Amino acid sequence: MMFSSVLLKQKSAVRGIAITGLAVLLLVNILESRGISFFKIDVSGMMHFDRFALLSISIALFATLVFFILSAKDMEKIGADYGEYFALIFFITCGIILVASFKSLLILFLGIEIISIPLYILTGADKRNLKSNEASLKYFLMGAFSTGLMLMGIALLYGASGTFDVERMREMIAAPGVLSVAGMLLLLFSMSFKVSAAPFHFWTPDVYDGAPTAFTSFMATIVKAAVFIGFIRLFDETFGISQEKWQIWFAVIAAATLFIGNITAVFQQSVKRMLAYSSISQAGFMLLSLYAMNVSAKEGILLYAAAYSLATIGIFAVLNKLNDYTFEGFNGLARQQPVIAAAMVIFLLSLAGIPLTAGFLAKFFMLKAVIATGSGLWLVIFAVVMAAVSVYYYFRVIQAMYFKEGNATIAASGGFKWSLVGLAALIILLGIFPNLLIYWLYF
Amino acid sequence: MIAVLLILIPLLTGLAAFFFRNEKAVRSWALFSSLATLAVSLLGLTVFKDAKYLFHECEWMQGLGSSFAVGLDGMGQVLCLLTAVAYPIIFLSTWNSSYKRAHNFFALMLLTQAGLMGVFLAMDALLFYFFWELALIPVYFLCSQWGGERRIQVTFKFFVYTFLGSVLMLIGILYVYSHTADQSFAISSFYKADLPYNSQSWLFWLFFIAFAIKMPIFPFHTWQPDTYEQSPTATTMVLSGIMVKMGVLGLLRWLLPVLPIASYSYGDTVSRLAIIGMIYASLIAIRQDDMKRLIAYSSIAHIGLMCLTIFSENKIGFQGVMIQMFNHGVNIIGLWIMVELIERQFGTRKLSELGGLAQKAPTMAIFFVIIALANIALPLTNAFVGEFLMFTGVFTSTVTKYNILFTVLAATCIIFAAVYTLNMVRKIFYGEANALTANAKDISLNEKLALGVIVILICWMGVYPKPMLDLTNDISDSILKISDVHHLLKK
Repeated sequence: MMFSSVLLKQKSAVRGIAITGLAVLLLVNILESRGISFFKIDVSGMMHFDRFALLSISIALFATLVFFILSAKDMEKIGADYGEYFALIFFITCGIILVASFKSLLILFLGIEIISIPLYILTGADKRNLKSNEASLKYFLMGAFSTGLMLMGIALLYGASGTFDVERMREMIAAPGVLSVAGMLLLLFSMSFKVSAAPFHFWTPDVYDGAPTAFTSFMATIVKAAVFIGFIRLFDETFGISQEKWQIWFAVIAAATLFIGNITAVFQQSVKRMLAYSSISQAGFMLLSLYAMNVSAKEGILLYAAAYSLATIGIFAVLNKLNDYTFEGFNGLARQQPVIAAAMVIFLLSLAGIPLTAGFLAKFFMLKAVIATGSGLWLVIFAVVMAAVSVYYYFRVIQAMYFKEGNATIAASGGFKWSLVGLAALIILLGIFPNLLIYWLYF
Repeated sequence: MIAVLLILIPLLTGLAAFFFRNEKAVRSWALFSSLATLAVSLLGLTVFKDAKYLFHECEWMQGLGSSFAVGLDGMGQVLCLLTAVAYPIIFLSTWNSSYKRAHNFFALMLLTQAGLMGVFLAMDALLFYFFWELALIPVYFLCSQWGGERRIQVTFKFFVYTFLGSVLMLIGILYVYSHTADQSFAISSFYKADLPYNSQSWLFWLFFIAFAIKMPIFPFHTWQPDTYEQSPTATTMVLSGIMVKMGVLGLLRWLLPVLPIASYSYGDTVSRLAIIGMIYASLIAIRQDDMKRLIAYSSIAHIGLMCLTIFSENKIGFQGVMIQMFNHGVNIIGLWIMVELIERQFGTRKLSELGGLAQKAPTMAIFFVIIALANIALPLTNAFVGEFLMFTGVFTSTVTKYNILFTVLAATCIIFAAVYTLNMVRKIFYGEANALTANAKDISLNEKLALGVIVILICWMGVYPKPMLDLTNDISDSILKISDVHHLLKK
């Protein structure tokens, strides 16, 4: 992929290779999860491809594929190094696979770094835009800081247990000491930073707003969901044994994230910034799964990752085609482009969590998981009140599209429209038959 | 099969309606679809009365304990019939109103019907929740797109209000689900759920607030007059005629039997709210000048009585509520048709600007007076039967100490109803004709047809309510049996 930009002058060819490559990856991954593998690499017990990992990788790859199909063309606008963007995204995909299947904390660290470093570059890809540069620098500084915390945490845990392997570590830290608790907290903080949970979220709006829209879309969805998968694996497998110790931390972080994300999103004037805050609030909902940490939490996080990523990618793809990123920019879109507007409605309803969309079932699983733990009822009630708040800012877009006069114009090809319709149909399908996805975990 | 058809017909025809381009064609299509639904509903009442036709269950979301279970019990029959009867009447009476982008309008109307049918038919808590929300989405678009000037804010308030209520209910559903013996959302498992009193007491409010917002019960009613006023009249008919019954049905099917002990202990609190709401809404209605707002407040008062009766928990009251749900739907749709006629002809809904219509439009006056009398629940009209049963229910209630006081206070609202309804009739139809009403035309054939059906229903149910009583007999018994607190406490 890296060399394709040198060898190929035509941009469409680069795009074609990227999409085919990804489709092949996805296919191989799905075959692997059905038990057909083409080659075996000795990973020395550092990685562990169970069903959960494979399914989450499949979701990430599929979402990336959708992202390529919808937004790859818009990356041309950003800068001259078209092929390199794809190369960087493939690096990130590689990191995602590491994070989703780590069995040693070293691999987790490597994965997070492989995800982060290309993201710093992508954020600053729009070289002549000051905001993009600023975002990149901010992201880099904050990211480096949190990486430092993470390394420190891993080091402390190593000191406590003498191993990087999650399973042996689990045995060693059954009787927790100061070292392991401190290590765990540092890991918790640095992971919270990566998924932009409050109070570690301050970088998010600026970075998401400053980065080129196509990359924001990738960053806010696929990357975030993948880090969540790593997050849940880490706390399930490594620290699961001392759950009562950290459960309250997650409750507080989740509540704060929901509160800050939703309330701030209400006051935004730019849809792009609103989506940044919305991604924070959605992260708050996903954190509920870490609080609950049971079977339905693990099923739910996968569904959530899929539902949230697909819907947000769709919205960003449309946003990318608009000139004006404020709410007014959407005025009268329904008149101009009824098909796109209808698909947008489904994406927004899914994010708001209205039944018949995947987003509803995702939230439903989260609530169910927390209620099944038998505690944290206040958290559930707080979460749904916040979900009701979120309706406000999602519906502002619908109101702008349908009920306000204006002339938002989009130059969209037929293929783009059909992809959007397909994506919307997929979201509804998942909203009616979640088992389509969840069955893969078991069969 | 009947139950599935009742959902599928409006759903599929509604989706198809999006693709029509000709206004006339889509109008006929919608009318045709609603007549087909009515036919199916009538078949379910007469020919295919067997349970195997009325109930349907198939697998859906295995592993979650939810199935696609729909069925028609007595209460479902009444409400589905109401929905099925109301839609052709609505389409007929608004035949002459023209809408921008009519295909979207009729498609959304039919989708709303599918959602409503689903709520009335669902026998699975998760499915119920699905339809509960789905009925709301098309209404949101209907009101925001075709309503009055302040429609966007008003509808949004309505939407957020009901959405908040329903997500709270979702928590309640999930909690009850986690306490069912077989981890299932089926209604029978919910009825058997083992819930201690202290969790029932807060679960009660999670459910009740959702239903109270929908009905609406004081103090959750503030969205209602604004929304009714700003919505296009055809949608207002759906909202007030049918949709408020979602809340009433919720109380009867999903609250009382699921949380019997809490319903018993909070019964008096809720009854007080209902009575405050009734008197308060009646007094406001007397002072209204806008016809739509007047009818909106009158509706709050009538629904308040239903809520009061439900919490008096006896059979005659339950039957009264179920019959009155049908009657109230028919009557209020009749009133809205009148509003629509008057507004379309004169461009105003203000009582102070109208007058003397009886000379110019005698047929209209006759219809209006009959419907108005039904709104006051005069004997021989349908509402009398319902309200009489309900008052008897409240009066003979054994679950509250205040039954006599409640009855007396609630009965004052009949007097208030007479005041504001007759006042409205007087101001519109009697007195001198003014410049606006001097050239009034009488009603046309399609409107006569719609109003004729309503008047027939009013008189029929007023004189011979036995079919309805038979229909609601068994279901009232079974609800009462499950939610009988004395029996539970003995255990």
